Amino acid sequence: MICNICNKNQATVHLTEIVDDKMSELHLCDDCARKKSMQMEQQFGLSDLLAGLVDYGKQLSSVDKEATAAMHCSACGLTYEDFRKIGRLGCGECYTAFAKYLGPLLKRIHGANQHVGKSPKGISEAAYSEVLKTKSPTVNELKVSLQQAIEREDFEEAALLRDAIKESESKMKEPQNNKEPEKKKRAKQ
Amino acid sequence: MKFEDMLDRTASWLKGSGPNSDIVISSRIRLARNLEKFPFPHWAKKPDSEQVLALAAAAFEKTPELKDGIFLRLDDFDNVDKQFLVERHLMSNEHAIRSSQKALFINPDENVAIMVNEEDHLRIQVMESGFDLDTTWRIMDSIDNRLSEVLTYAFKKEWGYLTACPTNTGTGMRGSIMLHLPALVMTRQINRVLEAIAKLSFTTRGLYGEGTQASGNFFQISNQVSLGSKEEEILGNIKGVIKQIIEQEEKARESLVAEHREMLEDRIWRSYGTLKNAHIISSNETVELLSMLRLGADLGIVVDVERSLINELFILTQPSHLQKFENKKLSANERDVKRAQIIRERIGG
Ligand SMILES: [Zn+2]
Ligand SMILES: [Zn+2]
Repeated sequence: MICNICNKNQATVHLTEIVDDKMSELHLCDDCARKKSMQMEQQFGLSDLLAGLVDYGKQLSSVDKEATAAMHCSACGLTYEDFRKIGRLGCGECYTAFAKYLGPLLKRIHGANQHVGKSPKGISEAAYSEVLKTKSPTVNELKVSLQQAIEREDFEEAALLRDAIKESESKMKEPQNNKEPEKKKRAKQ
Repeated sequence: MKFEDMLDRTASWLKGSGPNSDIVISSRIRLARNLEKFPFPHWAKKPDSEQVLALAAAAFEKTPELKDGIFLRLDDFDNVDKQFLVERHLMSNEHAIRSSQKALFINPDENVAIMVNEEDHLRIQVMESGFDLDTTWRIMDSIDNRLSEVLTYAFKKEWGYLTACPTNTGTGMRGSIMLHLPALVMTRQINRVLEAIAKLSFTTRGLYGEGTQASGNFFQISNQVSLGSKEEEILGNIKGVIKQIIEQEEKARESLVAEHREMLEDRIWRSYGTLKNAHIISSNETVELLSMLRLGADLGIVVDVERSLINELFILTQPSHLQKFENKKLSANERDVKRAQIIRERIGG
């Protein structure tokens, strides 16, 4: 049998590989097999590293560990335990909520924890108001509008706004239903 | 620009021009950006994700650099169409597999592509032909600046741009260079080179991105670290490493030509002959042979095939492209026949 990669040498290594849920057989010569395994190590290197780093909690005492696990981001509801499991943060606010632990983690990943690169230009009011037209208002914005509607005695508008506030508040309290990381789901598709 | 027209055209980064384009296929930069106050895509509920899509679409429309592009909602795309976009290096496989509340923006030259609601709210990609990170960054920087005037990015002074995965925090930037290194592979020096690169915290991947084998002598090299240096510095480091690899490949090519000319020409002409005449050809064999043909063109051994045509064939001979050409589902065997036909039509004399 001839090697599948170089199509030249005799294949001596036989592998089964799963890429994107498709299983394929690979028959490789010594050279190509060595090359391939080296590449795989490089690919997996980073995610392994990350899993190890996120498990930073291991170095804490068990009391601390419990306290850490219970920590959560009040903006999106993600707990530190969630983060340790899925290796992804829930929102920008998580960085503030977990700052104490993320600082050292970032340092270990990047060898630095101070950003020195570019920063956003900042919202240009004219351009932003255009874009805002397509965005639905936040609860706080709705509450301001409600207050204004009441002041000008527009009770029909006020009733609509009250409903809208109730709806978006209940939406925020809904439990997260997609906690399972996407990667694990892949296998089922 | 229409999605249906894409099959008849090719991306500008495939034109095979630009600095060092005998060895460097393309230069690519991607930025990860998120919108403040919205959960990251994996953690977001449907209404939030819909709002992110609406905000992104509105922002792209206001951006002169993104004029005349298309905004594709991927929810109701079928697998062939989604893989077609993956094959063109416009989006990740991840983005194709789970595509509810996800979108892809593409500009007409296909040198700019923005994934919406992938791992981060925005994954902006700019890709240029040859070894040209400066031009690539200039385009990227102005798109990013413009977008930051209409979208509030999640940003912290201390840690920069906030991303779903802390490995991207900071600049949110990854620069990648796609290299064609047949001589380093043939002279068995490639392992030594790749080992050295890994020590410098760069990653190496294959032609078709993450999770694929480096087939056909193609290697994609990118930075791993995104926090603690300026964007220009990170790109400067990549440039330094790539320059050295280019030199090594050049030396290896020279020594091949000097010491093994017959062997080299034999492999190149046999590859050309097979591509011109085959009626059944697998994708693996295609990539291997095109790699040899490309080396032949780069060394001036084969003069009647344009480098841009060879580049295009790498893209056009992939499964979803073949099925789009034929406008129907093809089995693996049927694809091997169609692939050979497309190649013969384009390079057969
Ligand atoms: Zn082999
Ligand atoms: Zn959060």
